[in-house]
Amino acid sequence: MMKKFGALIGAALLALHAGTATAAYQLNLTPGVTKASQMIYDLHNLMMWVILVIFVGVFAVMFWSVYAHRKSVGHKAANFHENTTVELIWTIVPFIILIFMAWPATKGLLSVRDTSSPDMTIKATGYQWKWGYDYIKGEGEGISFLSQLATPQEQIYGTEKKGENYLLETDTHLVVPVGKKIRILTTAADVIHAWFVPALAVKQDAIPGFVRDTWFKAEKEGVFRGQCAELCGKDHGFMPIVVEVVSAEKYTAWVADKKKQMAAAQDDPNKKWELAEMKARGEKVYANNCVACHQANGQGIKGSFPALDGSKIVQGAAAGHINIVLNGKAGTAMAAFGKQLSDTEIAAVVTYERNAWGNKTGDVVQPSDVKAARK
Amino acid sequence: MSAVIDNHAPAHGHDGHDGHDHHDHGDHHGAPPGLMRWVTTTNHKDIGTMYLWFSFVMFLVGGVMALTIRAELFNPGMQIVSPEFFNTMTTYHGLIMVFGAIMPAFVGFANWQIPLMIGAPDMAFPRMNNWSFWLLPPAAILLMSSFLMPGGAAGVGWTMYAPLTSQMGPGMDTTIFAVHLLGMSSIMGSINIITTILNMRAPGMTMMKMPMFVWTWLITAYLLIAVMPVLAGAVTMTLTDRHFGTSFFNAAGGGDPVLYQHIFWFFGHPEVYIIAIPAFGVVSQVIPAFSRKPLFGYASMVYATSSIAILSFIVWAHHMYTVGMPVAGQLYFMYATMLIAVPTGVKVFNWVATMWKGSLSFETPMLFALGFLFLFTLGGFTGLVLSMTPVDVPLHDTYYVVAHFHYVMVAGALFSAFAGVYYWFPKWSGKMYDEKLGKIHFWLTLIFFNMIFFVQHFLGLAGMPRRIPDYNPQFTEFNQISTIGAFGFGLSQLLFLYILLKAIKSGEPAADKQWDGADTLEWTHLPTPMPYHTFENPPTVK
Repeated sequence: MMKKFGALIGAALLALHAGTATAAYQLNLTPGVTKASQMIYDLHNLMMWVILVIFVGVFAVMFWSVYAHRKSVGHKAANFHENTTVELIWTIVPFIILIFMAWPATKGLLSVRDTSSPDMTIKATGYQWKWGYDYIKGEGEGISFLSQLATPQEQIYGTEKKGENYLLETDTHLVVPVGKKIRILTTAADVIHAWFVPALAVKQDAIPGFVRDTWFKAEKEGVFRGQCAELCGKDHGFMPIVVEVVSAEKYTAWVADKKKQMAAAQDDPNKKWELAEMKARGEKVYANNCVACHQANGQGIKGSFPALDGSKIVQGAAAGHINIVLNGKAGTAMAAFGKQLSDTEIAAVVTYERNAWGNKTGDVVQPSDVKAARK
Repeated sequence: MSAVIDNHAPAHGHDGHDGHDHHDHGDHHGAPPGLMRWVTTTNHKDIGTMYLWFSFVMFLVGGVMALTIRAELFNPGMQIVSPEFFNTMTTYHGLIMVFGAIMPAFVGFANWQIPLMIGAPDMAFPRMNNWSFWLLPPAAILLMSSFLMPGGAAGVGWTMYAPLTSQMGPGMDTTIFAVHLLGMSSIMGSINIITTILNMRAPGMTMMKMPMFVWTWLITAYLLIAVMPVLAGAVTMTLTDRHFGTSFFNAAGGGDPVLYQHIFWFFGHPEVYIIAIPAFGVVSQVIPAFSRKPLFGYASMVYATSSIAILSFIVWAHHMYTVGMPVAGQLYFMYATMLIAVPTGVKVFNWVATMWKGSLSFETPMLFALGFLFLFTLGGFTGLVLSMTPVDVPLHDTYYVVAHFHYVMVAGALFSAFAGVYYWFPKWSGKMYDEKLGKIHFWLTLIFFNMIFFVQHFLGLAGMPRRIPDYNPQFTEFNQISTIGAFGFGLSQLLFLYILLKAIKSGEPAADKQWDGADTLEWTHLPTPMPYHTFENPPTVK
């Protein structure tokens, strides 16, 4: 009887979250696409059964009391209290149940924490508010890119219809091959973030100044979405993670493609730029890196993030302006972009800021100026 | 031991009046009139009342913040507040509810009840008692002033993790100073409680005869003294990192952001029990009273509560399973955490066994106590789920955790506080509340509570992180149920206010022993309404 009932509930739960992982009214953990996520899913279900049994036991007694031992039906109070045998039983039995539960939990933990002998190693760096990925070891070594929210502001502020992957879509995906053990090193540039993808059952804090690791081995191809899970400031809710698991062949093709792209995107560091083209380039860099705080109109957010329009630093000497973009400002949310952006990108964004809105310095900062400032 | 201690009971100055055993002569000086009564009072009843009203005001303030959060989360997309303001709402909702609402509420109970229950005339240090309370309003004002600081209040979460705290404006500093003041208040209150309990018990009131509520506060006060300085240390280090060039939590200067978390949770986990244990105490008075049967295992309850308190010091890093501890550390914290289920189970079994074959009646205090028992146990179950490291990993920092700790904090502590208020209100005020409205308040609170938080388990299981102002549309339905529940819950608490005001204004007079199953000194030895001063002659406890 119990078994049938269990199967029924199980089937109902399964039906509820069958199909896509993003269905509404999902009631349970996702079984995910890794052995670890399946193990965690099973362990959680096992716990729920144990809990259900204890729940029924305890509350059957309580509600029977509520039903039968009430004053209004004339029940007279007994006066018993203290019974060493009973008290020993209800101390020892839970202890035994706990040992029974600790066993699979220990086994599971040892397996999910074993990051040894990976096929590939990728570093995930948390920035306010995007992720940076560096393929450190294995096929694709040397690939490096940033990945940030692709959902347009219009969807967030309700002037456009929200898409299916609203807030869980990024401009670039973390592409990995199926069936390979991928070790993820996490770290951060500013504050603590956490790299969280439910379908991979992975969540690892990314801590500035420290490197932590975790791993996954996806058994299925597909696109799996997650997001930052540790409060990291204003746009904590807007730094998703998208992992694309592809076949080995597709992955090899992606690596070749990505490397070509990266080579093409390399700027000639000695090029002399004109104001108009530098400003156009800078506007793009600004939109990707600065707009969240300083806003599209350069006005910032009063009290939290300073305005760049009319700012003393922006209108002052270029060296000071380059310095703050390169090195950030300690004690504030102003990040050091020196490691994230190339000389050309920094020169472009500085040029843009110095010539946008009400700022009309007419300066063109060249990549060589930034290179000099890095020293 | 108690024979020696009893000599410390204050000598009574009116030997000539010692004719009556029970009735003290509080009537020869009642409460002084006017506002200054409340400013200068050293009377434990006045101070208890002020603690309780303060906590209720903060409960409403924190509640408005919770409703702001829920309103923004009603639909995906940003509608009402900006993301940075949303972060300040989650931060101050947590700080205010923990430090402003729940903790002062139980200190209010302690002030009222400990002297009455042990037969003492007042707290051991009445002037310090006044000071402990009057630190709270400035602390609350300082905390709220953060919103007026340049850059606004701090959006860092109530846990105030470094190094995010280094990015905040002066609102962070006012918050830190407010936490300092609240900590001082708690420490002084605890010193007072411990001294009172150890030194001022009536003759014959041995430690193992003390009502369970007194025991739970004795244990809680020790916890407070042990961990409030730790919190003060953590926020002070944050302060010096921000302004004086230290690098406790800054890796670039040789520090470690994770150190902050270890220190914070060394405070933070016992803090959970600082809130829960007095709640256990209230429930341990209410359930026997309405079951008309003594607490099943008094001694084992004392031992179980002490075990929980001790265990609470050695499990802190279960809040940090995802920071990347060595696996041996994770295993240790997992086993230690699971162990807490044993004494907690003992308590739940004891309460149920107390009800078994009793003669139960279901007045409002009992309803809230049963609500506590049922829902707190659910919070315990999800705690067990979260204790298992591998399962915690996908659930950590999601709405599952939010649901879990609200089952413990709201259905646990708050329900217990409601039970306590309804239980003792007739004694304190001399007036009866409207029983029918009280029951309506209970049912509304129970239903709306579950509407808010039960569905949040599912959100967490599906992977919705906490502290996000906007979410993917897959989470919409449960968020909407939760938000509707939150507004219902908030409105229901206005009914509670109405019930209290109505009872104070026009309640029926309450009986000396309003609840026939109650057996502690305040019910058996004191008239209703109580005189301003009680037990100036200690009662003799057999």
